[in-house]
Amino acid sequence: MIPPSFEYHAPGSVDDAVALLSQYGDEAKILAGGHSLLPMMKLRFAEPEHLVDINNIGSLKGIREENGEIVIGSMTSENDLINSALLQEKCPMLPEAAKLIADPQVRNRGTIGGDISHGDPGNDHPALMLALDAKFILVGSNGSREVLAIDFFLGTFFTALETDEIMTEIRIAPQPAGTGASYHKLKRKTGDYATAAAAAVIGISGDSCRSARIALTNLGATALRATDAEAVLVGQAITDALIEQAAAKVMEICDPPEDLRGDVEYKTHMGGEMTRRAIRDAIKRAGGN
Amino acid sequence: MSAAQETLERQDQLQGIGCSRKRKEDPRFIQGRGLYVDDVKLPGMLFGALVRSPFAHARVVSINKEKALALPGVHAVVTAEDLKPLGLHWMPTLAGDTQAVLADEKVCFQQQEVAMVVADDRYIAADGAELVEVEYEALPALVDPHKAMDADAPIIREDLVGKDEAGQGKRTHDNHIFTWDVGDKDGTHRAFDNAEVTVREEILNPRVHPSPLETCGCVASFDKVKGDLTVYITSQAPHIVRTVVTLLSGIPESKVRIISPDIGGGFGNKVGIYPGYVAAIVASIVLGRPVKWIENRIDNLSTTAFARDYHGVGELAADKDGRIKALRFYALADHGAFNAHAQPTKWPAGLFSICTGSYDIPVAYARVDGVYTNKAPGGVAYRCSFRVTEAVYLIERMIDVLAQKLDIDKAEIRRRNFIKAEQFPYQSALGWEYDSGNYLPALEKVLEAVDYEGLRREQAEKRARGELMGIGICTFTEIVGAGPSKACDVLGVGMFDSCEIRVHPTGSAIARMGTITQGQGHQTTYAQIIASELGLSSDDIQIEEGDTDTAPYGLGTYGSRSTPVGGAATAMAARSIRAKAQKIAAHLLEVSPEDIEWDVDRFQVKGNPEAAKTMKEVAWAAYNNVPEGMEMGLESVNYYDPPNFTYPFGIYVCVVDIDRHTGETTIRRFYALDDCGTRINPMIIDGQIHGGLNEAFAVAMGQLISFDEDGNLQGNTLMDYFIPTFVETPHWETDYTVTPSPHHPLGAKGVAESPHVGGIPCFSNAIVDAFAHKGVTHLDMPHTAYKLWKTIRQLSLDT
Amino acid sequence: MAKTQVSFNVNGQDVDVLVEPRELLIHVLREQLRLTGSHIGCETSHCGACTVDINGQSVKSCTLLAVQAQGARVITVEGLAAGGELHPVQQAFMDEHGLQCGFCTPGMLVRGYRLLQENPNPSEEEIRMGMAGNLCRCTGYQNIVKSIQAAAAAMNADAGNQAE
Repeated sequence: MIPPSFEYHAPGSVDDAVALLSQYGDEAKILAGGHSLLPMMKLRFAEPEHLVDINNIGSLKGIREENGEIVIGSMTSENDLINSALLQEKCPMLPEAAKLIADPQVRNRGTIGGDISHGDPGNDHPALMLALDAKFILVGSNGSREVLAIDFFLGTFFTALETDEIMTEIRIAPQPAGTGASYHKLKRKTGDYATAAAAAVIGISGDSCRSARIALTNLGATALRATDAEAVLVGQAITDALIEQAAAKVMEICDPPEDLRGDVEYKTHMGGEMTRRAIRDAIKRAGGN
Repeated sequence: MSAAQETLERQDQLQGIGCSRKRKEDPRFIQGRGLYVDDVKLPGMLFGALVRSPFAHARVVSINKEKALALPGVHAVVTAEDLKPLGLHWMPTLAGDTQAVLADEKVCFQQQEVAMVVADDRYIAADGAELVEVEYEALPALVDPHKAMDADAPIIREDLVGKDEAGQGKRTHDNHIFTWDVGDKDGTHRAFDNAEVTVREEILNPRVHPSPLETCGCVASFDKVKGDLTVYITSQAPHIVRTVVTLLSGIPESKVRIISPDIGGGFGNKVGIYPGYVAAIVASIVLGRPVKWIENRIDNLSTTAFARDYHGVGELAADKDGRIKALRFYALADHGAFNAHAQPTKWPAGLFSICTGSYDIPVAYARVDGVYTNKAPGGVAYRCSFRVTEAVYLIERMIDVLAQKLDIDKAEIRRRNFIKAEQFPYQSALGWEYDSGNYLPALEKVLEAVDYEGLRREQAEKRARGELMGIGICTFTEIVGAGPSKACDVLGVGMFDSCEIRVHPTGSAIARMGTITQGQGHQTTYAQIIASELGLSSDDIQIEEGDTDTAPYGLGTYGSRSTPVGGAATAMAARSIRAKAQKIAAHLLEVSPEDIEWDVDRFQVKGNPEAAKTMKEVAWAAYNNVPEGMEMGLESVNYYDPPNFTYPFGIYVCVVDIDRHTGETTIRRFYALDDCGTRINPMIIDGQIHGGLNEAFAVAMGQLISFDEDGNLQGNTLMDYFIPTFVETPHWETDYTVTPSPHHPLGAKGVAESPHVGGIPCFSNAIVDAFAHKGVTHLDMPHTAYKLWKTIRQLSLDT
Repeated sequence: MAKTQVSFNVNGQDVDVLVEPRELLIHVLREQLRLTGSHIGCETSHCGACTVDINGQSVKSCTLLAVQAQGARVITVEGLAAGGELHPVQQAFMDEHGLQCGFCTPGMLVRGYRLLQENPNPSEEEIRMGMAGNLCRCTGYQNIVKSIQAAAAAMNADAGNQAE
């Protein structure tokens, strides 16, 4: 219940934050929403000597549109995502999925940047980012760089972020007309991590599937892009049989840990089932049937 | 206004029995002014943090306190070594065993208490606890109770080796605690041998935990100058705590004050005495300063009284028409490393023998073997009425199994077996005298309310389409109100309860009871009883519980005993006051007491109602104008030894729909009819039903305290331990009938545990019923989506 | 560890406290400010018994460092009643039997209060989703839902009356 001692820093700018991370390296941890880090510290599973609280950096908040691209500040809270009229219109899967994360209080503090950067395969945003083909802006002592979501998740609790880097923005390209997106998350109860979850972003042209991106939560060491499943759908008229094939391809790449949520067989099959549901809903929203 | 209307109005104004009046305790809770143990702050108070074992079974090789003691702000590090000279390193349990207060040379369950660090505040205490260095030598852990009595099983209780008794009768193995049986063994075996039909199932009641929202804790304060000890404590039985503290410490009871203030939920989790309490008390005595100990949620789930862990085999013998001829049950009970079973002394399997349920079963036999394992101690907890959850689960599951075997409708088979109204008081085959019951009309009421026939038709249609829909029925009889002292005692103290009432000159009153509310609304319901008995408004009756300096001795609140026993004591004490008041009224009215009759709130002369004195007027007179030879004052104390338990009953129906692709269950409907005899506050009863059903839902559908093969706990945080939120929790429909208890002064029975006892089998029966057409006769709890999907998969129902 | 001064406003009153950086807001509220209405029911941020209102948002105060409350406007259950008069949500809990042991109640009230600011006319489903961060063991939730509905009705009636 009681965290160990640490030194607390509350920089007011990204540059100051980066300077602190450079200075303290591995001894420092970023305090964003705090609802992953602080519980770990209270159980003494994490004992950083320095906490760098980035909640006071105004430039990290806000959601805007820039040349059609959606730009989300990394410190945008889950509730801000839910309440964003811009996202509800231009990228509704994000606010809908955010409602499935944790609970109302946690969503006031938990941030999209924190959820992504933690590298926890159980977090929901990584799969959403993969399915949306998002880009992340990372800023460190060497300046700013852009990393694609597909290149960001390297392993469990291991991402492309350097020790002195902070994610500042998430950028999502505009979805062409005729695209629908959906996230289906199976969980034991409200607020739980996914037993299995799938995000599907499907583009329909006439009768056939123009594009498909399918990504999975908590079914492997990181969030997974199911490219083989996508290939089954692209260029085809999507039938129930095809959706079954895509689900089967998804199940082939599932490699979940066995735990109290279920064994490998159950989670894998649920990966398939969530995929089916996500694909069907995405198609409906794309205007298909 | 007519006389009848006028009487009704006077009755309404009392807000007495039957009134759904708002609760008197609410104002402080809704303004954040409750006083829970962790709210208590005394001058000079220190904080104790426990060091706990990471191993399920290990020798404690050494404990090095040096670094911890060197931390500024740490005052003491208490271990078994420090408690030995005081003889306090072990303590007696409620089940006749002993339990290590702090690990004495070995640890026997993961998270067992090893040392207490006492420091200036909880932050330093936590740091100090990390600095205590304990060296362990791991031992093989015994986790499977079925292996406990193997020849090569690891011996857990080396302190009991060679002792052929552990407080509950003869032991046959070092890990064996007791064998208890009840009923006619030979008669039952004969009935099975001769039966037309028999059914048999292995029935598991998995280990779960009550997890009240407030964890356990205490503030122990020893005053070195006065030599007295005050302990604020999360206890459902403060007087028992006082007596035990005296027996352990040698401080006389007159100098020990136990205060159970506001308690944030008990559910049987706060009955026993935990090592943390004892360590804090000792620390306070030694240091001469108050010491607070408050456990974490992980501590609570890992080490305090768990519930169930009964591994059973149930059997019914019946004729071809489904009339049950005999019941036979065997269970292996996993009691953990110490037998701290919270039971009345002579009942190592609690009141399990109620397992013949609502049915007229001529012969029965049950046997329970208790064993030690490397797990936390406990067994009786969680709204179970002393193992009645296990008993009712057994009979309600088995009667469904029998119904399926004979292809008899599950409501019909119950009709055929119900004890009939004219059979009450009913002598059960296992020795209970059920006071009253009227099951059939209640069943019909519920079946009609839910359109049972319609549901069965719908189920048939859905089954034809491959969908999974289940209908669960539970028709249970409970046994609550422990209990008659010749049968029930706790550490030798009979299980009576008490009430003391004092009426003030200006007509308001104060009453104290030996019970202690943990949310059941006693401050309101006891006031309502007294209001109806004494004709004073319940608004004007102050109820206090929990302070052993002022409350008369009682056995506390658990097992739904407050209304049956405490409520009876309250009625009797009030009647004694009214009897005296009648004599005073007669004196004031200048008639003889036989010419007086009681009418709602006043004494009036028979045949001349205008000549009357209200209770208020009598109260004033009691302090200045009483008949010759009578003492002044208007008060009474009653110690009520109940002649019997009370036997509330219920009829529950649950409708479920199971998603065959994920295994997820939707509780479509839950209809609960409860009969607890006279209903004191219907609003409060409904609240208890909602809460008990929610806890039943949690147990049936998701709760489990599990271990790996090394005895490591799995799922002992709220991340994994299933506490339903607003979202999962279904809507509850409540209903009632009233069949008063003939022996209770108010005709009232207990009720708050019925929904848990009856709810669990109802949910389970619904789940199994959903698969019954595929030949499934039983599925063990918890009915998680994962487990149900496995069954669906096995039966190829998801194609 | 050196302590820092943190200043914020609680229930309308400015306070200054000296804290270690690691001190949790719930502990500072309960131990230093003696506002013991907010409770602790777990250490994994699940139960919601510690819920307070910070700058117009419901927050679990066990998962916030006191230093993070610098300059904030904090409302606890003790601050809901204005000028001695109960807030409609408090009255509603009493009217609808929305509490039993009372331990989860402060968190429920503070969250319920904010929920109704966010959504003055919530459906039952919105109430259940909106309160999903607060656990209760005693009530089975049903009467709490009724309490929130009653509070909403009372507040909307008041608002209606004031508008006239």
